[in-house]
Amino acid sequence: MDKIFYILSVATIICACMVIISKHPIRSILFLVATFFLISAHYILLNAQFLALVNIVVYAGAIMVLFLFVVMFLNLNKEVEAHKGVFSWFAAIVSGGSFFLIVIKALEQSKLLINDSPNHSIGLVENLGHVLYKEYLLPMEISSVLFFIAMIGVVLLNRKEKIVKEN
Amino acid sequence: MSWIILKIIFISIIFGLSLFIAMYSTYAERKIAAFLQDRLGPNRAGPFGILQPLADGIKLFFKEEFIPLKADRWLFLMGPGFFMITALMTSAVIPFGPDITIDGKSFSLQATDINVGLLYIFGVVSLGVYGILIGGWASNNKFSLLGAIRAASQNISYELAMGLSIVALVMMSSSLSLKEIVDQQAGWHWNVFYQPLGFLIFIICAFAETNRAPFDLPECETELVGGYHTEFSSMKLGFYLFAEYINMFVSSAILATLFFGGYHFPGVSSMDPGIVKTALSVAVMFGKIFFFIFLFMWVRWTLPRFRYDQLMNLGWRVLIPLAVINILVTGAVILYKMM
Repeated sequence: MDKIFYILSVATIICACMVIISKHPIRSILFLVATFFLISAHYILLNAQFLALVNIVVYAGAIMVLFLFVVMFLNLNKEVEAHKGVFSWFAAIVSGGSFFLIVIKALEQSKLLINDSPNHSIGLVENLGHVLYKEYLLPMEISSVLFFIAMIGVVLLNRKEKIVKEN
Repeated sequence: MSWIILKIIFISIIFGLSLFIAMYSTYAERKIAAFLQDRLGPNRAGPFGILQPLADGIKLFFKEEFIPLKADRWLFLMGPGFFMITALMTSAVIPFGPDITIDGKSFSLQATDINVGLLYIFGVVSLGVYGILIGGWASNNKFSLLGAIRAASQNISYELAMGLSIVALVMMSSSLSLKEIVDQQAGWHWNVFYQPLGFLIFIICAFAETNRAPFDLPECETELVGGYHTEFSSMKLGFYLFAEYINMFVSSAILATLFFGGYHFPGVSSMDPGIVKTALSVAVMFGKIFFFIFLFMWVRWTLPRFRYDQLMNLGWRVLIPLAVINILVTGAVILYKMM
């Protein structure tokens, strides 16, 4: 198990780095899809089958297809890419570095909470359903309402103004 | 150890069988098209043209391998391969027959019985569109790109209705494992009688997901030359065309499993368990699959193609609301039965 975990982790990190390194937006997206896959593999190692497959269906299957869709329409290439000055490089390095520092400090200060006797079957659909709909019903419903509001917002934003037909 | 060997043999059989059935589906399609159009169809290669698929395959292998100059070479090669892999992956969770006993050990005629089998199918189906998108975009051709974009939007739209139509079924069976769903349908308790609307929505979505007529907009030749595979030649084109038939086989298998009792048939409970019963069950399963493959072809050569806006309206304004209503009604009935 340990070996599988390390192989998967290395592959995940390499893929995640390739998302940023690769110059081509389409390839970046494909590497991101690969990253999602490897994360799903981690979920399976943790016996969270439901989460693993939902991750693939929702992220790799739907959201990333939409990303790909948009990027293909934008047709990004080097000629139209905005020129970045020295100042933006500088700003990026400073903000990125300070964020990195904060994360490292936060990790140093915090204790890792590792459950010594985890419930191995919590990730199966049935148990997850019981937990979500019995113990955490209110947060679950509130978050679904939030999603619903976002959906309505998008539909409203995209609504075309009615054009009066002239005969 | 022998269990693993048996599994490997079984998986290879399923793999070979899906390829073989897909191969002869191309022949069947041409024969059925010919019958519906009052023609003879292929009848030169072998008796009744039975060797036609082989001839087609050999022809495709010998065609010129052509890669457009400005195409993204790697992605261009990856597209058809990816499409083929996703088409072949789906059959892993389909139960093709009841458990058989070999040397006193039970062996299931299913590659793997994961308890989220239904979600696995959705996952793989939703990945299928990458093969089309990547191939269409990498060709560096406007028609290919348009075909790919159409495929993506069509698949995403119909996946929603498909998922919702299955939710009602899962509410009834309270399991995501295909094996359990099949076993609950023993006797005449086929899901199609309890979920007729769900079945209708599901089959329409299955047509759309496999890019078959009347929803074959991504390769609409009157508008887009050849759609997403315009630039593909040789066996790469063969992969795209062939994977469509594998998808058809898998969709038919899923339809039979979810709604038509899988390998169960009337009178199965009164038979003695043994090799005859197993063989008959598998035969019944494949009979159901062949019926649905025939249905796919029948519809293709009967109905004209939809217009693109009609396709989108049907998906978003008809099928999704209907599927939601179906879920509500099913939920109400289940609640009523519980009280």
